[in-house]
This record gives sequence, C-alpha cells and structure tokens, in this order.
Amino acid sequence: MSQSNPHSAGELSHLADEESEHRTPLLADLRLWAVIGIAFLLIAPHFIYPVMIAKVLCFALFAAAFNLLLGFAGLLSFGHAAFFGFSAYVTGYCLQTLGFTAELGILAGTATGALLGLLIGALAIRRQGIYFAMITLALSQMVYFVCLQAPFTGGEDGLQGVPRRPLFGVVDMTSNINVYYLVLAIFCFGIFIIYRTVHSPFGQVLKSIRENEDRAISLGYDADRYKLLAFVLSAALAGLAGSTKVMIFQLASLTDVQWQMSGEVVLMAVLGGIGTMLGPILGATIIITLQNELAQIGSLTTIVQGAVFVVCVLLFRRGIVGELSHRWNRWRGRSDETTGEEPRTASKG
Amino acid sequence: MKLFKTMLLAGAATALAAPALAQDGGGVSDDAVKIGMLLDMSGPYSALDGQGSVVAVQMAIDEMGGEIDGKTIELMTADHQNKADIGSNLARQWSDQNNIDLILGGANSGVGIALQEVTSEKNIAYINNGAATAALTNENCAPETGLHWTYDTDALANGTAVAMVKEGNDSWYFITADYAFGHKLEENAMEAVKANGGTVTGNVRAPFPTQDFSSFLLQAQGSGAKVIGLANAGTDTQNSVKQAQEFGIVQGGQKVASLLLFLTDVEALGLDAAQGLTLTTGFYWDQDDKAREWSAKFEEKHGAKPTMVQAGMYSSALNYLKAVKETGTDEAKAVVAKLKEMPIEDAFSRNGRVREDGLMVHDMFLAQVKTPDESEGKWDYYNIVRTIPGDDAFRSLEDGSCAAVKG
Repeated sequence: MSQSNPHSAGELSHLADEESEHRTPLLADLRLWAVIGIAFLLIAPHFIYPVMIAKVLCFALFAAAFNLLLGFAGLLSFGHAAFFGFSAYVTGYCLQTLGFTAELGILAGTATGALLGLLIGALAIRRQGIYFAMITLALSQMVYFVCLQAPFTGGEDGLQGVPRRPLFGVVDMTSNINVYYLVLAIFCFGIFIIYRTVHSPFGQVLKSIRENEDRAISLGYDADRYKLLAFVLSAALAGLAGSTKVMIFQLASLTDVQWQMSGEVVLMAVLGGIGTMLGPILGATIIITLQNELAQIGSLTTIVQGAVFVVCVLLFRRGIVGELSHRWNRWRGRSDETTGEEPRTASKG
Repeated sequence: MKLFKTMLLAGAATALAAPALAQDGGGVSDDAVKIGMLLDMSGPYSALDGQGSVVAVQMAIDEMGGEIDGKTIELMTADHQNKADIGSNLARQWSDQNNIDLILGGANSGVGIALQEVTSEKNIAYINNGAATAALTNENCAPETGLHWTYDTDALANGTAVAMVKEGNDSWYFITADYAFGHKLEENAMEAVKANGGTVTGNVRAPFPTQDFSSFLLQAQGSGAKVIGLANAGTDTQNSVKQAQEFGIVQGGQKVASLLLFLTDVEALGLDAAQGLTLTTGFYWDQDDKAREWSAKFEEKHGAKPTMVQAGMYSSALNYLKAVKETGTDEAKAVVAKLKEMPIEDAFSRNGRVREDGLMVHDMFLAQVKTPDESEGKWDYYNIVRTIPGDDAFRSLEDGSCAAVKG
C-alpha cells in the first residue's frame, strides 16, 4: 500500500477521473455494469420472486452503507444494526400509529438513522481500531435494549402488520411489484449517493485518512469532522435500508437490531469485497440468497454460511469482487484501484 | 419509460391474479393439499420444535394415507432462522408460487405473528404451535384463517398459578425476565394468584438475559413466599432453576414454579437440578394410553419423546386434514370454519375445541418434576399432579381482545 499524494483532494479526484477516461477498457467501466445491472433489475421481477429481490436490494444498500465506512474511511463499526433496526421501528411506528404516508415514514426512519449516527458517531470516533468497534457495539446494544423494553416496539413480538400506505398518498403500495419498484428506486438512489461520495473530494480525503490519518491531519484536514460526516452518512443510509425493509415485510423485529445483524453486515461486505462498489451488493446477494434457499433444505443454513465465509477468507482475501478486480488489473498490467492505491500513485512508483 | 410502464402493468396483473386463483372456491386446488412448515430448525428452539415437528406432521399425513380422496398431501419445510423477515418472505413465496394451503408455524413469537399477518392477507390456513405469545388470538388475531394450538402464555401462567393457589400455596414472589414477554407472563400469573385469594409478596425484574441469578434468588428466598414464580424462558429458566437448586430453595420448603418449561428443558437441566419444579404443560407423553402409544411410535422415528409442541403439530395437521376431507375443499376459511365445529380429540388433545377467536382450548396438566429416585429412566420426568380443564386454563373469550370476534 503506497502513501497518498500530497495533492489537494480535488486535484486528486480530477486526475483520477481523467485517468479512467483514458484507460478504462469497456469491460471494466463501472457505468456499463451499472446500466446492465439496472436493466436486469427492471425486468427481474418477471422471473425472480419480487419480494425476494427487494429484500436483497435492502440488504445490499445496508451493506454498501456499511462499506462506505469500513471500505473508504477504514472505520470498522460493529453497531450498524442499531441504525438499520431502530429506523425500521421508527418507520413502522410512523406508518402504523401516526398514519404517515410511505415516503414520509421512510424519511422519518432515515432521519432517525442519521440522528442516531450523529450521537453514536460523535462518541465513537474519538477512539480508533478495536476500541472504535467496541464502542459502537456497546452503544448499539443500548439501542437494542431500548427496543426490547420500549412499549412501542412490542418486545419480542415485534411491530407487526405495518400497513403499506400509499406513496405520496396516491400511488398504491399494496402490490408486491409496486413495492419492488419503490425499493429499486431507493436502492439506486442510495448507491448513487455512495458512489458520488466515494468519488468526490470528500471521498478522497476519507481515503487519505484511512491510509494515514496523521498525515491527513498534518495537511490541515480535520479528520474527526470527516469521519463523523462519513459515519452519519453511513448511518443514515443504513437507516434508509431498514426503513425500506419495513415497506416490504410490513414488520420490524428485534432480529434487525441485534448484534448478530451487525456481524452479518460485516460478513456481507467482507465476502463481496471491502472498498469496492459492487462487493457489498454481491455479498448481500449471496448471504440473503443462501439464507433463503438453504432454509428449505433443513438445518444446514448457518453451517453452510460459515463454510462459505471460511472458504472466501482463505481463497479470496480481498472478497469476491475485490479479488476479481485485482486479478483483472494484474492481467492488464495495472495496479489496484480497489485496494486504495490510486492509479496515478502507482504510475509514479 | 414505456417499457417500464408495460412491465409495471404486467407485474401488477400477475400480482392481482394470484390471490384470485387461491380463492377459487370448492374442491382441492391444483389437485394437492400443500402443507408448509416454518420452524426453527437450527437455533434455540430446534430441540423442542424443529425436526421432531416435521416427523410428527409426517406421521399425521401417513395416518391419512398420504392423500385425501385421491388428492396427494405435499409437505414442505423451511428453517425461519428466528428471523421474521425470512419467515414472512418464505410464506409469501409459498403462497404466490406454490399455492400453499396450510402453514404450520413453530416457536418464536415474532415470526409467529408475522406469519399470521401474511396468511390472513393471502387467505391461507395458519396454525401455530410453539409461539408463546397470546397476541395471536388477541391483538393480532385473524380468527377466520389463523389458529393457535398448543399453549400460550396465558394458559401456562394462569394454569400453574390457579392450580397452586388452590392447593394452599397462596403467597408468591416473582422473578421476571425484564422484557415484554416476561412482564406478560408475570402479569397473567399475578392476576390469577390474586383472583384466587392468594397474595403477591413482591417481584424482581432480572435483565434479559441473565447469567447470575443469585441476588434475585436471595431476595425471593428472603421474601418468605411459599412459591417462587419464574416468569422467564429458555436459558434464563435453565440458569435460574440450576441456581435455585444450589441455594437449596426447594429443600428449604419453598416451591419453585416455572411458568414456561418444556420437556427438553428438563432433559437439558437434568433431574438433580430440576426436581420439584412445578409447571403446566399442554401434553405429556405419559399422560394416558393414547399419548403413550403415539409417543412410542414417535420415539421410534425421532429418537426422543415428543414435546408438547411436537405433539401439537401432529394434532393440528391431523385435524386440518380431517377437516379438508369433510369439507372437500382446501379453501382456508371453509376448513377453519369446519375445525371450529369439530371436537378435537386425538393423541395430543383432551376435550379440545377451537374457539371463535382461533384459540384451541383443551385440557392442560399441572405437573411436578420427579426426583432422580422416582424417575424410572430417560424421559420419565413428570408426575401429573392434576388435569386443568381447558376453560380454567385458557383465558376466557370475554377477557380476550380479538377485535374480529368482539366486533
């Protein structure tokens, strides 16, 4: 891993963009894949069960939001379930008891995620590494206990039978297909935000903090502010994913706010490839599909899930997407973009 | 955009067509009666529910000859992994793609209620065995399609409390798991104790989950109450029972009543720790000849005696299939209506009937865990102290809060 450049972040991103225009071959162009992906997702509900893909999209957004923090800012949060799950409760409550329309309910959930992210993030970013992870875990457990005890969450029964209220008060949301397209739109929006963030000057600063925080500070960047902003953004997007999930399943339960869920999202990101755009999406797809498909063949789900993880860690250290793009880059005689080395840096040696 | 709209319309049309097919009245849909089971197959409830429940339901299907008037009975099973979204997703998928007729839900209250919501929306018959929550026939009731079979928190708490107070154990102290489930259990038991002339000397809330119950047990011991009621479940119950044994509470003359205990919990605890516990159960394999005979067959196939949940699974599947046979249709509302007319009497149920709100009311049993000397071997764990008639054990219809029944 090489040192980051002493250029300003804006300049860096500009150079990186220029680079990709010159050198990216068609097959490696993310935009091409994005178009193919969206086209596939638009027609997918005709041959795959829509509720299932909608669920995958929710978790993919959740994993991508988590990856924004781990992959691009180098912060391993072990408490992301708190944002995902608690936002789900808030959205559920808004839809069920307060009679919000779909978009307001989801907005309320997202705002809750952001607010919670601000509170937890402000405390957690004061420490680094394992301490950061432990603080996020501890604070998210507090959120879990609130969900377990608070009267409005229904304890272990969960918040059930949340109505699928119409979007903007007019678009009917009771059919699975309509909900699916809503989820797809939210997913694309969320991923777009993450993409823009990562490829903005702000994203470049985050990466430089990840690579060498002291040097970033010495260059005059207020590292804590950048980290906090990334944390809040990640929490808000995790909240958005959790809120959207309520629209699909019409329920919010303790599962989503438990620490196991924080672990599962780490698994998704690691499996797919940390610090890649497509990695968490692929990781979430694999985990959720495994959970769903293996459910029907008996008691092996957790064992197979564990085995897949072990195999991936042994064979694909960079995660599936990370490893593939690493191989691809090697083959093209280029260095990695995905593992944090900017092409520019590498060509300079 | 045009393409998008076309797809939207096509999709909406498919979505609308599916329930229309399912509601096709009369006859058995697509020439098969399809039963789907959603259980915890690998987690904390897999011993008391899990594979054993699948074996039990298969026994019910075999008893019907594997078919009803030439229509085959198909069984699908899946592991909900204690996640409400997985359960809900599979139920929707089974409904939309497989045209499922009955869903049998297992332990886990969150999943249990989620399934109730999906099945009532999709008009699928739903019978739950194993979820403790009384909400299934109260706040979240769906009496036209959803039934609750083996037990609920009300029946267990109420059954134990009433029976023990009547025997003169009239002062109680509660150790309660500090979350909604524990509170509900405690509240039910307290009401029952007071209504029958007993007193509650105090209660203490233990965080959920707890490893060390010593301070709570000492308070309970010091309270001088005749009975210590444990309003908790699972590992909390196991920990508190083990530690109560270490403090010599039962030997000291106080009784310990567990408000939710399964045969497999006793198996896990061992009789040394569990002896003397009082509990209510919906079924015990040694309760009478019919139960013994069926349980022996079950043990041959599964290698363990059935828990009340597994026996309840058998009973609910069997009676559902009988109702399908009698009505000649697998349309959910018709079959459920039939079930409400039939007396429920089989290896599991004594004096059973399905009430308007979907609760299967049947006799429960007050049991005391045997001492190691009394026990004649593996699975010989309970002395049945007495039978609690269904109407005494279960919450009365008037006290319930099922909106659909109360109107």
